[in-house]
Parts: sequence; structure tokens; C-alpha cells
Amino acid sequence: MSSKTKTMWNVGLIAALLLLLFLLEQVIPSGSMFFTVLKKGAIYALVAVSMNLLNGFTGLFSLGQAGFMLLGAYTYAILTIPVESRNSVYQYFDGGVIQFALPVPVALIAGGIVAAVFAYLIGLPVLRLKSDYLAIATLGFAEIIRAVFQWDKLGPVTNGSNLLRSYPTFKSVLYPFVVAGICIALIVLLINSTYGRAFKAIRDDEIAAEAMGINLAHHKRLAFVISSFFAGISGGLLAMYQTSIQASMFKSAMTYEILLIVVIGGIGSVTGSCISSFLFIACSEWWLRFLDNENLYIGSFHVPLLRPGFRKVVFAVIIMLMVLFYRRGIMGDKEFSLEKISNFFRRKRGKKEGKGGASHE
Amino acid sequence: MSWMEMNLPYLLAGISVGGQYALIAIGYTMVYGILRLINFAHGDIFMVAGLLVVYSTTIMPIYVAIPLMIVLTVLLGFVVERVAYKPLRSAPRMSIMISAIGVSYLLQNLALYVTGGLSQQYPAIPWISDTIQVFGATTKRVTVITPILTIVLVALLVLLIRYTKIGMAMRAASKDFETSQLMGIKINSVISTTFIIGSFLAAIGSLLFFTNYTGVTPTVGAMPGLKAFVAAVFGGIGSIPGAVIGAFIIGICENIIKGLGWTTFSDAFTFALLIVILLVKPTGLFGEKATDKV
Repeated sequence: MSSKTKTMWNVGLIAALLLLLFLLEQVIPSGSMFFTVLKKGAIYALVAVSMNLLNGFTGLFSLGQAGFMLLGAYTYAILTIPVESRNSVYQYFDGGVIQFALPVPVALIAGGIVAAVFAYLIGLPVLRLKSDYLAIATLGFAEIIRAVFQWDKLGPVTNGSNLLRSYPTFKSVLYPFVVAGICIALIVLLINSTYGRAFKAIRDDEIAAEAMGINLAHHKRLAFVISSFFAGISGGLLAMYQTSIQASMFKSAMTYEILLIVVIGGIGSVTGSCISSFLFIACSEWWLRFLDNENLYIGSFHVPLLRPGFRKVVFAVIIMLMVLFYRRGIMGDKEFSLEKISNFFRRKRGKKEGKGGASHE
Repeated sequence: MSWMEMNLPYLLAGISVGGQYALIAIGYTMVYGILRLINFAHGDIFMVAGLLVVYSTTIMPIYVAIPLMIVLTVLLGFVVERVAYKPLRSAPRMSIMISAIGVSYLLQNLALYVTGGLSQQYPAIPWISDTIQVFGATTKRVTVITPILTIVLVALLVLLIRYTKIGMAMRAASKDFETSQLMGIKINSVISTTFIIGSFLAAIGSLLFFTNYTGVTPTVGAMPGLKAFVAAVFGGIGSIPGAVIGAFIIGICENIIKGLGWTTFSDAFTFALLIVILLVKPTGLFGEKATDKV
């Protein structure tokens, strides 16, 4: 396949996927679990890819994602709450200090930029650390950010530890798909550029990369800032999805979930992260729901142990098994592509070609 | 004098919390010393120890429940190592760390399932939760016992490491993992012993900790766990006296910050301290010099 046909195939697929989503939305009732999974899955796909950019492609083991999502979510919410509802949202802080509202896209990008600026500042000292020390330091920063945002004195801006709500949200499932899709496409372009190759070189061998003339500090900071930018945007999207946010949501457990998504998808695979985030959300929110039902009978056999929370235990066991026995994840460090699938079929059957599942990328 | 009277409760609480962090921190620092692994599940083992007491005291007297809890916690630590870390011994370091995060996720979800997400009331343990007067400040007896018990246990541990055969094996394994294997040290039993000691101390720590903070929730272990890790880094990871001193410093500072009315920042302070330490003196207060650490 030439690169032109490949692009056309991809564009066609994406268009077909969006059309399919649009049609599904007309058919299936909007409260369905299916859309919950799709919306949340798209948002987590973006943050997982942004984390993969750091952990998988640059080799920087950072656990600060929840903190940057918090920054994005808060920036988005603070900037878009309509002026007339500010008094009810900031009821303990006399309506807050910000008395304007920005359009949604601007606020989303602002969220990304705030996260990126913080990442730049944090990165100055922290990126000098390596492997698990970097992990624990970024985790620490996420915790600090969470604590500071709940501080009373910042109440007029952040509403203290109270909920932020009544900002604009999205209705259609297409919205997170389009935004996350654009962002992921940008990350893919970055990974395929010279910068991306430099990142991979740093991941594989720092000393060799430096010897080849790659400025380590500069590239690490760049990867960190860009990853945080997209984490911020996904934080904004998450805020839209949740319809109300609170700093206490963004715990380190959230980072762990994102990390597990990245690991299950395959460290160093963008499509892997996307696929696994949908699977992860579908499993944790939807497919295993029946395990929470106390009165489940198979025939006349009352299945024991089932009660709310059991789903999460089963899910955690599955994840543990994946981590232990299937360490490379779904995709390893390879990418899902039509070309490979068509080649695979061509080799096997000789005639079958051009067939593959829908991926969004 | 009045300043002293005002701040004495905080200072006492700080010393007490510091002792509890110290008991957890030893588990981190010993495991890190040998496996170079941040055992993210350690805080959750601490939490499970708390839940074990909550549930076992409902069916048996407390003097049976506590030894049973200690045995089960040790067993849990042992099993976690055997099941989740041993198969990954030759894998990259990141895989083991991810496995540790997975174990933590599993234990938290298991606790969520068992407790139903409600905070469980830790039973009052006779004698140590009695109220006493110290220099005019009212506090629980546990506050005074914790530092003493911590120091006794640490002294015993140091003796164990310095004068017994298994202690020598541990020191050898933390110096050079591969060479010690070549010298005939059964590395798996050394690592298991490390986890057993760590879990034992975490069990004692949880006993003391929950006597003061009586609500046991599935995520209660995360924060003390992270702080104990910070203490271990602060003292120089791999060094047991370092971890203890680091834990006391963090416990005291944290409570003094609370006493000043900056409760929001008591957690933030710990992490800020971590970052400063990592940047200024990455080997910590008593850490050995290592070139590949930071």
C-alpha cells in the first residue's frame, strides 16, 4: 500500500466511525451504558496516550497525570461557568473573583496551557531525577496540587473544597471523540517527527542519545510539557463529562488507573493505549456490572460472593493476571494498522485483503 | 512556657505519628535496599492489618485477635512477594513497580468489597488507648508507647541484621544482588524474610496508628504509605536508622504545621521535602553513595 492510499483508508475509516457513532446516537437511548463507555473511554484514551508519550516513548516514568488533569479540569470549569450562575456556585466566596466566561474551546486550550506551564515549572527541578525517583516526585507534585486547590484562601478562584458545577458540558458522544481524536493525531504526528525519534533515542539509551547530539534536558522537558498539555485538555473533557468536579476526585488512584491502561495496551503503542482504555472503561463500568448483582442465579444455583464491589475485585484480579503473565500488553510496542492486517491476510489466504476492525486514531 | 503548653500536644502527636511512620518506613527501605523496588502495596498491607483487627475482634477476644492479625499480615506480605514480585525478578524494574501498583489496586478493591466502602471503627485496645497526662497535656497512652516501642523494635532489628546469619545475607544482597547469589546465598529466602519483617513492623505500626485514628477505610493506607516512603528517602534509602530518623522528623514537622493552622499543607510539606531532598542530597541523610540512583 502506498502512503497515499493508506492515508485515504485511514481518513475513510475515521469518517465511517464518526458516521457510525452519529447513527448509533440516533438509535440507542442516550442514557445507555454504551455511550458512557464511549465518552469516558475517549477521554481516558487521550490521557493514556499522553502518558504513553512520556512513559513509553521518552522513557520518563512520571506519575503526575492526575495532577495535570486536575489543572486542566479546574481551569476549564473556572473559566466557563456562566457569570449568572457564579453566585450560586461560589456561594461561600461571594461569587468568586472571576466575573467573565470564555467560550468552550478557548477554555479547553487554556486548561492545557495551564497544565503545560505548571509542567514546565515542575520539570525544571524534577526532570533531573531518574526512574522511580521521578515517579515518586511527580506523584508528590500531584498530591501537592490537589492539596493547594482545596485550600480555603484560594476559594474565590477554586471554590475551595466545594464542587464546581453548572459549566457547559457536551451532549453528543461525537464531541469527546473529535477533540480526543485531534489531540491524539497531533501526538502521533509528534511521535513520527524528528522530535519523536529523539524521544525514542532517549528512552533506549540516554548516553548514546546525548552523544548523538540530542539535548537531553530540552527534549525531556518538551515531552513532559506536551504530555501535560494533553493531560490538561483531557482533564477539561473529563470535567465536561462529569458535569461537576472536585479536587478530591483526582487522587493518585486515578494516575494508577491510567498507568494500568497504558500497561495493558502496551507501553509504547498509541493504538494499544486507545484500545485498552475502551476495554478498561467497558470492563470496569459495564461488562462486569452483573457481578455487583446480589441475586444472580445460574439455573437454580445462587451464585455466592456477589454484592456491590465484587466487580472491582474481579477486575483487579484480571489486571494483576495481565501484569504478571501478559506483560507486553495487547499491542506490545507495535501499532494497529490496516496494512499489517491486510498483509497478514494476504499471506495466509492469498486473496483476502483490506479487512480490519475500526480503530479510531 | 505557655507556648510549650500550647504546642506540646502537637509535638507529642508528632513523635507518635513519627514512630508509626518509622515502622512502615522500615518495610520500604529494606525492600528497596534489596530489590530496588518501591513497594506501593506496603501501605495497603498496613490498611489490611487494620481491617483484620476490626473484623476479628467481632468474633474473638482481643488478646487472640492481635497475634492472629500479626500472623496473617506477615503471611499476606509473604504471599504478595511470592505471587506478584517473584515471577518478575528478571523483568525490567518498571514491570515490578507496575505489579506493585496492581497489588495495591487489588488490595484496595478487595477492602472496598469487604467493607462496602464504609469507614470501619477500629476497636479500642485496652491499656494502650487509655487516657493519660503527660506534662499537663492529655493524650492516649499509645502516644508515649509508640516511640519507645519503635526504638526497641528498631534496636532488635539492627541487632538481627548485624549479628545473625540471615542479617549478613541481607546486607550482602543489598550490596550486590548477583554476587551474593553466586556466593551461595538463597536470595529468595532472604527476600521473603525481608517482606516478613517489613509486614510484621507494618502490622505493629497499624495497631498503634489506628488506636489514634480510628477510622479504617480502603484508601487509608495510601497516605501513611507514601509519607513513610518519603521518610525512607529522606533518611537515605536502604538505611534503617535513616528511615527512623526521617520518619520522626516528618511526623513532628507535619504535626507542628497542623498546630500552626496550616492543615492543608501538612501533606504538601512532606512531598515538598521529598523533592528538595532528592535535588539537594539524593542519597538522603545516611544513604550510601551510589552513582546510578538519581
